Amino acid sequence: MSRIAARFKSLAAEGRGALIPYLEAYDPDLETSLALLKAMPAAGADLIEVGMPFSDPSADGPVIQAAARRGLKAGATLPGVLAMVAEFRKENAETPVILMGYLNPIEAYGYDRFCTDAAKAGVDGLIIVDLPPEEADVIEKPAEEAGLDIIRLVAPTTSDERLRYVLSHASGFVYYVSITGITGTRTASKHDLKEALPRLRAATDLPVAIGFGIRSPEQAATAASIADGAVVASVLLATLAETLDADGKATAETLPRVLEQIRALAAAVRAGVPAADQTA
Amino acid sequence: MADPVEHGITANQANSLRHGPDERGHFGGWYGGRFVAETLMPLVLELEQAYNAAKADPSFQKELDFYLRDYVGRPSPLWFARRMTEELGGAKIYMKREELNHTGSHKLNNVMGQILLARRMGRTRIVAETGAGQHGVATATVCALFGMKCVIYMGATDVERQSPNVFRMRLLGAEVVPVTAGAGTLKDAMNEAMRDWVANVADTYFLVGTVAGPHPYPAMVRDFQSVIGEETKEQMQAAEGRLPDVVVAAIGGGSNAMGIFHPFLDDSSVGLIGVEAAGCGLDSGKTAASIERGRPGVLHGNRTYLLQNADGQIDEAHSISAGLDYPGVGPEHSWLSDIGRAEYVGATDTEALDAFQLCTRTEGIIPALESAHAIAYAAKIAPTLPKDTLLVVNISGRGDKDIFTVAEHLGVKL
Ligand SMILES: Cc1ncc(COP(=O)(O)O)c(C=O)c1O
Repeated sequence: MSRIAARFKSLAAEGRGALIPYLEAYDPDLETSLALLKAMPAAGADLIEVGMPFSDPSADGPVIQAAARRGLKAGATLPGVLAMVAEFRKENAETPVILMGYLNPIEAYGYDRFCTDAAKAGVDGLIIVDLPPEEADVIEKPAEEAGLDIIRLVAPTTSDERLRYVLSHASGFVYYVSITGITGTRTASKHDLKEALPRLRAATDLPVAIGFGIRSPEQAATAASIADGAVVASVLLATLAETLDADGKATAETLPRVLEQIRALAAAVRAGVPAADQTA
Repeated sequence: MADPVEHGITANQANSLRHGPDERGHFGGWYGGRFVAETLMPLVLELEQAYNAAKADPSFQKELDFYLRDYVGRPSPLWFARRMTEELGGAKIYMKREELNHTGSHKLNNVMGQILLARRMGRTRIVAETGAGQHGVATATVCALFGMKCVIYMGATDVERQSPNVFRMRLLGAEVVPVTAGAGTLKDAMNEAMRDWVANVADTYFLVGTVAGPHPYPAMVRDFQSVIGEETKEQMQAAEGRLPDVVVAAIGGGSNAMGIFHPFLDDSSVGLIGVEAAGCGLDSGKTAASIERGRPGVLHGNRTYLLQNADGQIDEAHSISAGLDYPGVGPEHSWLSDIGRAEYVGATDTEALDAFQLCTRTEGIIPALESAHAIAYAAKIAPTLPKDTLLVVNISGRGDKDIFTVAEHLGVKL
């Protein structure tokens, strides 16, 4: 069983959803982001998304854009991101790592070689924002051969018919983009999420994680209880950005503040649905 | 006899270079496509359906023809540039006068088509990206004409160097949003327009200004711009009784070039030359010559030649001309370059400035700096060609917007 499937299965047995925090590789430098990656599981990360910085993140809001810029400035490259995951894997064999980014750096690297190298580094799945199933033939075969899941994004704008089509190309889990918009802007209401989930469940047996716009521990707990997991990104990157000095360098505050926030999110997810929410 | 269909393309169409793209939006099986976030996929698919329906509806074409004639001012003349021809002493130079369109460039041809489509689709809010501001002005113009809300994204650098156009857009009632990300040019404006579209899918139409972006934009914008080449063909027939030998056009995203090239694709005697902005020189590292100095990759919804580094990060482009200052190019050009049907060359900032003055001085036509790149290359090859060679240059826009930039480079204070 893949690490992703195994992790969702064991969480289901525990009766709770997953917390899936995001970090941008090389933000603000390799050492800090690697230390953050290594510390995330102990802080409560059940799966981890690692952003691959891209010069033109056209589906991302200002917070992730700024993180990508810092990562690139610090010298992030795709080989560098894979090396970072390989370092992490020396210490952690269970926590699934999903790379998230845009297609062009992968196309430049070469699809076959990338899938082979990513699997070797210990990557479990890929989320490629600008690669709809219509264009995914370039990577589906090498990914499958390397044992990498292709995690599909679906959105409120995805019709039932399209949902079936998109999910026929999905593996690992399904990432429900809970708002129509870019990352880090709006937040979906609990009502919207509750409406959306049955539609997804009817179309797939894969676990469903909700992302885009989850900021608070309460929101994470709600999303992880309605679905099978909550992805939290912009709010963590914003915290990281707040701790940087005037030159954009990491400070003594950087790791503790981000990890503290992850611990708070994890505690809420593990406690289940906030009491006040249970009747709603 | 029935025409057998394979991959959605009939055998007769397969003998033509004009049938592209295929149903996936690919040119030559590789360039183009639909590389967008899932949130946008339903919109892109809906747009394709709506465009196909409009194309098949004679009343749509009739409506478009009406606006092209009475509002845009088509047809535009094909002008024999006698003094420039004499001065250069070679090929006969004709100019396709797209600068005479309302709002001063070819951009309105496409914008007119798309705004009518947006209205058919019931959209009420228009977003667009712009570089030189010509597309932004054209878009703001039709939004004023039809009373629609208009938001234009423009790189902060371009807001500065094309300030007359920014003022025009605001007068026309558009909101102009300066984009400070990156170098503050067209690529950044395009990113921001796409973000707006993702966030406002319900009421918003993204009015793309060139033959790039996800399918169906490259094909649709080409179709709307092909009126340039169709008229040129007829007008040259009337003037000289035959087809031209060479057609030259500037390449930013490639819409004015695609528009004048497309009707000639199957006329193999007609040489097609796209002139990219070489900036400070093709090998200076400061260019916008995506085909000549780039590699294929994926950006802004399509696969095409891109200026990028070894890691697939997109480079900043450079050109004196804001309208050419883009690290990509329309996917159909990438394909035409690979198969050798069109040739792509460069003209530098300096060559464009010289050509700007040459055209102004000999023909009394002040061209846009974008168009001046095409004139520069035409002026370079004309003297090497026989006197009976018929050469057409597409004058895609007028240069009033550029006089401040040109004055600065000539050391004149306005
Ligand atoms: C007058 C003019 N010509 C050419 C261009 C370049 O665009 P395209 O290559 O799509 O024609 C522009 C773009 O702003 C323009 O304003």
